[in-house]
Amino acid sequence: MRVQRQLGSAAKFVVLAILLVLFLVPFLLLMLNSLKENAMITSNPLALPTSFKFANYSYAFEQMNYVDAFTNTIIITAFSVILIGICGAMTAHYFVRNPSRLNQNTFLFMVASMIIPFQAIMIPLVKIYGSLDMLNSKTSLIFMYLGFGSSLAVFIYHGFIKSIPKELEEAAMIDGCSRIRMFFQIVFPVLVPTTVTIGILNVLWIWNDFLLPSLVLVEAGQRTLPLSTYSFYGTYTVDYGPLMASLMLTILPVVIVYLFAQKYIIQGVMQGSVK
Amino acid sequence: MILPAGLFPVLPVFNTKESEHAMIGEKGFWNRLRLRLLFTGPTLFAFLAVMIVPFIYGIYLTFTSWDGISVAHTLVGFRNYGSVFADAEFWSSFGLTLKYVLFTVVLTNVLAFMLAYALTKSVKGQNVFRAGFFMPNLVGGIVLGFIWQFIFNNVLVYLGQKASIGIFSASWLAEPDKAFWTLVIVTVWQYAGYMMVIYVAGLTGVPADIQEAASIDGANSWQKLIRMTIPMMVPSFIVCLFLSLQRGFMVYDLNLTLTKGGPFGSTQLVSMHVYQKAFLSRDYGVGQAEAFVLFLLVAVITLLQVYFSKKMEVEA
Repeated sequence: MRVQRQLGSAAKFVVLAILLVLFLVPFLLLMLNSLKENAMITSNPLALPTSFKFANYSYAFEQMNYVDAFTNTIIITAFSVILIGICGAMTAHYFVRNPSRLNQNTFLFMVASMIIPFQAIMIPLVKIYGSLDMLNSKTSLIFMYLGFGSSLAVFIYHGFIKSIPKELEEAAMIDGCSRIRMFFQIVFPVLVPTTVTIGILNVLWIWNDFLLPSLVLVEAGQRTLPLSTYSFYGTYTVDYGPLMASLMLTILPVVIVYLFAQKYIIQGVMQGSVK
Repeated sequence: MILPAGLFPVLPVFNTKESEHAMIGEKGFWNRLRLRLLFTGPTLFAFLAVMIVPFIYGIYLTFTSWDGISVAHTLVGFRNYGSVFADAEFWSSFGLTLKYVLFTVVLTNVLAFMLAYALTKSVKGQNVFRAGFFMPNLVGGIVLGFIWQFIFNNVLVYLGQKASIGIFSASWLAEPDKAFWTLVIVTVWQYAGYMMVIYVAGLTGVPADIQEAASIDGANSWQKLIRMTIPMMVPSFIVCLFLSLQRGFMVYDLNLTLTKGGPFGSTQLVSMHVYQKAFLSRDYGVGQAEAFVLFLLVAVITLLQVYFSKKMEVEA
């Protein structure tokens, strides 16, 4: 019985290991081929590189304006995530502590709006913001992310804030603390784990988003990483080496963060779904 | 866009006046208004300006003929909706999207649940496995599409020719039927890891004591899975089905870089069709009407899904 169980769990381990390798093979092949000569890639995409061609990377780095694209992506992601976090938490807190009919219905309305697919909004969005001459700016894009991301943030914060007793907050208010100061000094620190969860979900979304930035950011200098990868691919289709390198360059920052924050990211996805 | 998890929460009773609920030290109409604007103003302004106004304006646009350039647009009544019904390409991409959603939702969730089930039964290195299976979700559809394009066009063809595996000897992306399956494969490969994480959270929430009680009563692990674990995991299924449905209907990036809608427009999913109708053919009115039809479909399907799943929920 025991031997059987051990055999069973060993077999399961092997099956899972094989499956995991299959899952990750695309990334391994990408890494291998990003270091090879074009001729080597086309003649045998499975072969190990005989010499490392780092020129692929330097070429892709320059051609896709990596520094600009990376900076743009960081700025847009950071500001959007911070704004969604702060604004979402404040709104949810207000809704929970002032549960009037108007606030409850506004909250419900925000939750219900989450079933609207982006495709149903994108055409009027471009028309409205185009006629206001607000396209092609990172600020507009960040504002749009606040609009699209706030419903989910308010929803998750709302669920959590309901479970915090309000006595502490009332005590602080009796002691003469203003509501805004009370929020930032007492409530927001308690919300840190929730903020991390929402932040992780939003980083995964905004960092990799393509359709919205492709509609808003028209100018080459404004491009984010997914946009510059896409346009690099569209312009240079002859040589596989630099193309593979450009994909690696786009993936690397996230993978490096993942290596260190893997535990938190997986927890973030779990928490975000449970609430 | 990342979409919500357990929608439609149980609401607390609410039938009281604003003033009774104001917190201490908040007297006076102007003071309360100032606080309201401070706390909810920025969020609601952005939410209205980015989602609600464009959504309503979009409905108006479906009744106009707008070419994207001219300032004025004429009202054309229901003519755009007539064009939608006559647009055979739209309906074929619509049908293809339904087929794509059906296969990806079923396969993603089956694979994800199996992975999660295997990875909660004390396997060595389960954290490494979880982290590894989740990895494709760190990368956007644009990049994944390019990677898999290379795999299907070069790696598999090379393998097929060297080892004479007939099915791989020509690129899957060159044949309409197989190109559709590449989309399904890559989607399942990506989202299985994401849904797995959610199922793991659900599985660890099934209390150990009732599992034990069932074992003592002589239930085997299959009976426990079917009779206890799965019914108790309905909330996780609701979330995962909702997420995979939403993502399936909205897929665009992967479609764009993996198959480009080809060969010969055979794998153009509805999102890409709407994009092309509006931004490339400059037929904004019809494009928006098609987007609105898509919205109606998504709304009906997700509401039905949430409604029926909620009915199946059981208490521990």
